[in-house]
Amino acid sequence: MMKTLLSAVALLASSLAMAAGPSVQLDKAPIDLTDKASLQNGARLFQNYCLGCHQMQYQRYSRTFADLGIPEELGMEHLMFTGEKVGDHITNNMSAKDGEKWFGATPPDLTNVARVRGPDWLYTYLRAFYADDSRPFGVNNEVFPLVGMPHVLQELQGLPSKTYETRLVDGEPKQVYVGIKTDGSGELSEEEYDRAVADLVNYMEYVGEPTKLEAHALGYKVMIFLLIFLVLAYLLKKEYWKDVH
Amino acid sequence: MFKNLMSWIEYRLPFMDKMNLHVMQYPAPKNFNFWYFFGSLAMLVLVNQIVTGIWLTMNYEPSAEGAFASVEYIMRDVDYGWLLRYMHSTGASAFFVVVYLHMLRGMMYGSYQKPRELLWIFGMLIFLVLMAEAFMGYLLPWGQMSFWGAQVIIGIFGTIPFVGEDLTLWIRGDYVISGATLNRFFALHVIALPLVLVILVFLHIMALHEVGSNNPDGIDIKKDNDGSVEQTEADKKFTFHQYFTRGGKKIIVDAIPFHPYYTVKDLVGVAGFLLIFAWVIFFLPEGGGYFLEPPNFEPANPLKTPAHIAPVWYFTPFYAILRAIPHPFMGAVAMFAAIVALALLPWLDRGKVRSVRYRSGLHKVNLINFCISFVALGVLGVLPAEGVYTLLAQIFSFTYFGFFVLLFFYSKNENTKPLPVRVT
Repeated sequence: MMKTLLSAVALLASSLAMAAGPSVQLDKAPIDLTDKASLQNGARLFQNYCLGCHQMQYQRYSRTFADLGIPEELGMEHLMFTGEKVGDHITNNMSAKDGEKWFGATPPDLTNVARVRGPDWLYTYLRAFYADDSRPFGVNNEVFPLVGMPHVLQELQGLPSKTYETRLVDGEPKQVYVGIKTDGSGELSEEEYDRAVADLVNYMEYVGEPTKLEAHALGYKVMIFLLIFLVLAYLLKKEYWKDVH
Repeated sequence: MFKNLMSWIEYRLPFMDKMNLHVMQYPAPKNFNFWYFFGSLAMLVLVNQIVTGIWLTMNYEPSAEGAFASVEYIMRDVDYGWLLRYMHSTGASAFFVVVYLHMLRGMMYGSYQKPRELLWIFGMLIFLVLMAEAFMGYLLPWGQMSFWGAQVIIGIFGTIPFVGEDLTLWIRGDYVISGATLNRFFALHVIALPLVLVILVFLHIMALHEVGSNNPDGIDIKKDNDGSVEQTEADKKFTFHQYFTRGGKKIIVDAIPFHPYYTVKDLVGVAGFLLIFAWVIFFLPEGGGYFLEPPNFEPANPLKTPAHIAPVWYFTPFYAILRAIPHPFMGAVAMFAAIVALALLPWLDRGKVRSVRYRSGLHKVNLINFCISFVALGVLGVLPAEGVYTLLAQIFSFTYFGFFVLLFFYSKNENTKPLPVRVT
């Protein structure tokens, strides 16, 4: 009986959450794949805060180091913690089963997360945790309600909570929700935290498609070649078709 | 020496004679327009798919455990693997773009009418095999949409009364979509269906060359040699293979040899096509989420249904028809009928005039109705089937089939314009 009741409440809550889901306006992530400093900082944040639970099992350390301009010795010293080889994939030792037991769902692999969710979603999500005592880890998320993930960046951001202001609505003073505000207990200021999250998302965007810059560079050359080819092909056609017209 | 070798070969295998017959001395109407690019472009894309496909198989692993990781391996660790993969995935969408435009060309200029019925049937078979090929290929990356899209499409066969359940079991080779399904789809995708496709394309072209190419005026360029039509000086300028004059019974007017005139012209089409194709490959490989759907970057998970399952864009017009009918099996029948109706065009259209240029205003309107219905169904197939979308899908399904019904009735005694004797 109790179980049924609980699941009914959970169902209702999740359906309400779904209904509220799309109403959250996503912030535009300031992505710049040419900003090596940002990508390096993103890699550092990922290794320190995310890798404990989330893998990037399709990306190799050596690839990240080469693309981000990190010398291998430095990378191994500062970004690899458990004695992997530089050609290894970016993985951890948490089993999927344990993850499910601890968090309710296995923390997903993040190699392609920027291609699945989009960078804007990630950028907003990581800045949308707020205190909620009803949740196992004491936090909830505006973008992903009832998410099983704790606020791992709390030591950077501090603990945000939902804040309300008294405003006049139709002549009556009312409590209006104005967003989430941190309690200021984190190491970073609000702007610094946004910047750090932007770097982390920038890095995830890079890992999602590490060949993107290479593709663009090659793409311009191919387009120029094809344009010249188009002109030559057209002139050749005109020359031959003189016989016909 | 070389000449002797050539004639030695020619005596045993008339290679040059066949080249003349099908390429250098093949009479093509001189008035082909923009719409005639898409046949050669379809051939180009087919070659692209086969060549990039061969290289992809060198690193792809057809197993439920390894498929997704091997695609990521191709994307990250194989030199230019990302380029091969994007050429192949973009090529799949490009194939349907050019084939749909190629089919529309045939409908505009009546290229399915007598004597080109068999040519059209081969084309429709190519279209069917192409759909099967694309569907099976889409399962191979073993992403979420691969899995759940296949679930939906295989489910369509399950709606058939009595045999449906057994049929889906037979297709999957398992009680659920599994590694067994992936392996057989891989075999069919890389060997069986491409082989059938190439043979059908060969037959399509042989059938084309037997009856000759149609043209935007829809009139014959091979006239009876009974003095009713005279060759002009321009007509006598080119040499055509004697096969086409049927031993002097026919004279050929307003034609030019396929090579070099249409090979150089098609080269312009190829350059224009490749510009757009390369732009997508290098700058928009996901095609805005339509060529590569975002959930497909997550590995297949049988326990987690995506919030919204949409088939790839080229299936959506037919998918919308399927969903428009409330009864699952009748929906499947309607979807199949939508393709069969196209195949039956040569007999549903009872008109004697081929080209839309000389047909009635009613036919023009009806053809526009067909295009609008097809595109609208395509858009609706992407959207969730709810509320007004379902109603719209029903309306456009009705107008889609309405095209064929109307055509059957008015084409018998259609108010057409007089045909010119020579192409314009």
